[in-house]
Amino acid sequence: MLSNIGNTLLFLNLLLGVSIIYFAFQNLKTNEITVSKKIYHICLFQSTFIIICFITLVTAFVVSDFSIINVYQNSHSLKPFFYKVSGTWGNHEGSLLLWVIILTIFSFLFLLYNKHHPKNYRIYSLIIQNILILGFLFFLLFNSNPFSKILPIPKEGLGLNPILQDPALAIHPPLLYIGFVGSSIYFSAAISSLLTNYSGKLFAQSIKNWVLISWSFQTLGILAGSIWAYYELGWGGFWFWDPVENASLLPWFAMSALLHSLIVLEKRNLLYFWVIVLCLLTFILSVTGTFLVRSGILNSVHTFANDPSRGLYILIFLSLMIFASVLLLFNKFKNTSYNLNSNSKETFILVNNWFMIFYLITVLLGTVYPIFTEVLTDNKVSVGPPFYNTVIIPIVILFLLFMSVGPQAQWIKNKFYNLNLLLKILIGSILINFSIIYLFKEYSLLSNFIVISAVFLVISSLIDLYKSFKKLKKDSPRILSHLSFGFLILFIGLNYNFSLEKDFNLKLGEKKNFENYSIEFTDIKLQDFKNYKAVIGEFKINNSKENFNQSLYPEIRIYDNPSTITYEASIRSGILKDYYITMSNIDRSDYYNIKFQKKPFMMWIWVSVIFISLGGFLRLYQNAKKNY
Amino acid sequence: MRLKTIIFFIILNLNIASAENFTLDLNKVLKNLRCLVCQGQSVADSNSEFAQTIKLVVKDQIKEGKSEKEIYNFLVEKYGEWIVYKPPLNKVNFVLWLFPYLVFVIGGVVIFLLLKKRNNH
Amino acid sequence: MQKKIIKSSIILFIIFIIGVFFTGLNKSSIYDTKNLVGQKITNIKLERFNNNRIITEEDLKKNDFTLINFWASWCAPCRVEHPILLKLNKEKNLKLLGVNFKDKKNNALKFLRDLGNPYDDLARDELGKYSINFGIYGIPESILINKDLVIIKKFIGPISQNDYTYIKNTVRE
Repeated sequence: MLSNIGNTLLFLNLLLGVSIIYFAFQNLKTNEITVSKKIYHICLFQSTFIIICFITLVTAFVVSDFSIINVYQNSHSLKPFFYKVSGTWGNHEGSLLLWVIILTIFSFLFLLYNKHHPKNYRIYSLIIQNILILGFLFFLLFNSNPFSKILPIPKEGLGLNPILQDPALAIHPPLLYIGFVGSSIYFSAAISSLLTNYSGKLFAQSIKNWVLISWSFQTLGILAGSIWAYYELGWGGFWFWDPVENASLLPWFAMSALLHSLIVLEKRNLLYFWVIVLCLLTFILSVTGTFLVRSGILNSVHTFANDPSRGLYILIFLSLMIFASVLLLFNKFKNTSYNLNSNSKETFILVNNWFMIFYLITVLLGTVYPIFTEVLTDNKVSVGPPFYNTVIIPIVILFLLFMSVGPQAQWIKNKFYNLNLLLKILIGSILINFSIIYLFKEYSLLSNFIVISAVFLVISSLIDLYKSFKKLKKDSPRILSHLSFGFLILFIGLNYNFSLEKDFNLKLGEKKNFENYSIEFTDIKLQDFKNYKAVIGEFKINNSKENFNQSLYPEIRIYDNPSTITYEASIRSGILKDYYITMSNIDRSDYYNIKFQKKPFMMWIWVSVIFISLGGFLRLYQNAKKNY
Repeated sequence: MRLKTIIFFIILNLNIASAENFTLDLNKVLKNLRCLVCQGQSVADSNSEFAQTIKLVVKDQIKEGKSEKEIYNFLVEKYGEWIVYKPPLNKVNFVLWLFPYLVFVIGGVVIFLLLKKRNNH
Repeated sequence: MQKKIIKSSIILFIIFIIGVFFTGLNKSSIYDTKNLVGQKITNIKLERFNNNRIITEEDLKKNDFTLINFWASWCAPCRVEHPILLKLNKEKNLKLLGVNFKDKKNNALKFLRDLGNPYDDLARDELGKYSINFGIYGIPESILINKDLVIIKKFIGPISQNDYTYIKNTVRE
C-alpha cells in the first residue's frame, strides 16, 4: 500500500518536473514580464508531493511495513520510535529521497523569493534546477528506489546498525544536505546567469542568502558528524580526515570562498567569473563527494552498502554536469579588467580565496589520491591525518594572520590600518603563548605558532567586537564567525597539546597508576536492555593532585538485530576537560583493554563551531531585516 | 625598540620550543599506522588481534632504539604502503606532496600579478 | 590559438580524471597483501614448539620449497584447510613449517592429536610478534617460499583446492 503511494508520488513528481520545464520554455517565448501563475502552482504541487512522499516513507518506517525492502533492511519493530524515524534517512535510498526534497523545495523557494529579478534569469534557474531534480528522480526511481517491494513479506526487519542509532547522527544528514544539496540552487543560478548574461551586483544579491543558508547548515552538519564520531566511534578523536568527512569538508571550503568573494561582487562588481566558477564548483564537489561515499570506491569508517551501479550513475551525472559547466564557461568567458589595490578589502578577500582553494585542493587530492595510485600503478596507499596535518597546519598559521589583518582594510582605498595596534596585539599573543607554556607545559614549535596566531585572531576580533558595540563598525556577524574561528583553532591546538591518552590492559580489581591518576577496575556486570545486552564496567578515576574522584561506566554492547558488538565510551564532560574511557574485551583472556583519555576544552570546540555558523545565521537575519 | 621586544619574545619562544624531549612517542607511531583488518581505524584506536600484535612489535622496536622512520620502513616492507597513513615521498607519491604547494605558489603569483597590473595602469 | 590549447588540455584533464574514477569503480576496495611477493624473508627467528632451539634461515635453506603455515586451535577456518595440509605433507620437495599463533600449548597439541599433524617442523609464536616479520595480518595465512627464501605466493585465508593444485604444480616443476 504505502509502497504504491510512494511510487505513484515519485512518478507524479517526474511528470511535474517535465511539465515545469515545458511551461517554463513556453513562458520564455511570451512577452509577459512575470513568471506565469501556472508555473508557481506546479512548483507548489511538486514540493507538496515530494513532502507527502517523504512522509509516506517515514510512515512505512514507523509502522514497520516490511513489505518494503528498504524498511526491512534498515528497521526493526523493537527499535525506539525516534530511531525508526531517523532510520528513514539513515540509509542510501532514504537519504537520496531527502536529497530530492531539498532540491525541490529550494527550487520553489528560489522562485518565490526573487520576484524583483528578471524573468528570464529566474526561469532559466528553474529549468536547470528541474533538470537536476529529474536526474536524481530517475536515479531514485530506477536504481535506488526506497519503495521497492519484497516478496514474501518478512515478519521482522534486519534492524539499523547500532552505531547509527544516535541523536547526533539522526540530525546529521538533514543538516548536511541542506548545506550541500542547497548549493544546487546557486549552481542553477550561476548557469542561468551565464545564459541570460545577468551578472554583477544584482546576481550576487539574488544568491547571497542561499549561500549563507547552505554554508551555515553545512557547518552545523559537519559539527554533528564530528560530535557523533567523538562519542560513538570510541577512540576519542573528533576529526579523522576520513574520506567521508573530507567529502563534507570539500564543499564547505568552496562555500566559504564563495561567501567571501560574493561580497566583492556585490560591493565592487568585480570577480564575476570567479564567483561563477565557485558556484559551479560547490555543487560539483557535493556530487563528487556523494560519488566517493556511495560508490564504495574508497575505504572508509562510514560504509554504506556498496553497489557499483550507483557509482556509475552518479559518475555519469557528474561528468555531464562538469562538461556542461566547463563548456558554457569557455563560451561566455570574457576578460574583464580588474581594479585592485594591494591593501584594499578586495585583495584580502582574494587572499582568503587563495587559502580556501589551497585547502580544497589539498584535501581533494589527499582523498582521491589512493584511487589514482591504485588505478595507475596498482599500488594502494593510505593518505591519513599525518599528511593533512603536515601540509595544512603550517599554512593555517599564515591564514589566521591574514584573517586578523584583512577585515581592518577598507574598500578600494590603499590605506593601511593601525599598524601600532597590530604590533601590540602580536606582542600580547606571544606573551599569552609564553605564559601558557610557563604555567602548564611546553609544546612543539609549530604549536607555538598556531597558538600565537589563533590568539592574535581572537584578540583582534575582540577589539572589533568592542568597536562594533560602540557602533564604530556594524559587522557583527563577520566578527562573530571570525572570533569563533580563532577560538576553534586555539582550542583544537590546546586540546591536541594537552590531551592525555593511556592504553593498558586491566583485570577486574586491578589498579593502574600514572602521572597523578589512578584508575581502578572495580566492577563488571551484565545487563539486559530493550534491544541489546550490555557488559558494563565500573572504573574509579582518582586524581591525587586535583582531588578528583569519579566513576565512569564504559559498555560493551551486544545487539541482536543486526547482531553487532559496539564499544560505548563513557564520557564525563566538563567545562575544562572531558574524561573518556572505552573498554574492550581481549579474546581468550580475562583482561580488558582500557583506553583512558583526558581531553581538554572539547566542549569549547563544539561551541566555537556553533558560533561560527551562528555568524552565518545572524547575517541572514540582518539581510532579511534590511529587505522588509 | 618595539622590534627588539618582538624578537626577544620570539627567541624566548624558540628556546622553549626546542627543549622538547626526544623520546619517541609510542602512541604517535601507532596513530600513524592503519589497522589492516579494520574499517579505517588506526592501530592505536583498534583493539583487534592484528592491532594488538603490531602494538607489541612497535613497542619492542622503540625499545631497541629504532627511529620512527625505520619502524615505518620495516612495516611498509612487510605490509605495503597501505599500512602507513603518511605516504612516503617517492616517485609515485610526489604529486601528492608537491601539488598542494604548487597550487599555493601559483595562487600567490596570480594575486600578485593582478595587483601589479593595477600598478602599471 | 593559445586559448584553444588551454581549453582542450582542461577537457582532456577532466576526461582523464573521470576515466580513472570509472576504472576505480571496478576495483575491489578491500586490501590484502597478496601482491607482496618476490621479496626475500630475512631475520627469521622462530621458537620451536617442543624445545628451545631456534629455527633460522639456515634451516629453511635446506628445503627446496617451504610452506609456512600460521594456525591456531581457536581458529575455525584452520580446521577447514587442515585436510589439505595433510595432503601437502606427502609432497617430496615441500616441507611444511607450522607456526602456532597466539595459542595455548595444550590446546594446540590436542588439535594436532585430533586432526593429525601435517607439519615437518613446528614453531610457536606465543605473542604473535614473529608473525609480523612474515607480514601476517590474520590467520590462517600461509607463505610459499623457495630455497632462496623468496616469497613465491601468499595464501590469505584457508588454503583452497585450487591453491593445493597450484602448490603441487609449483613444487613438482
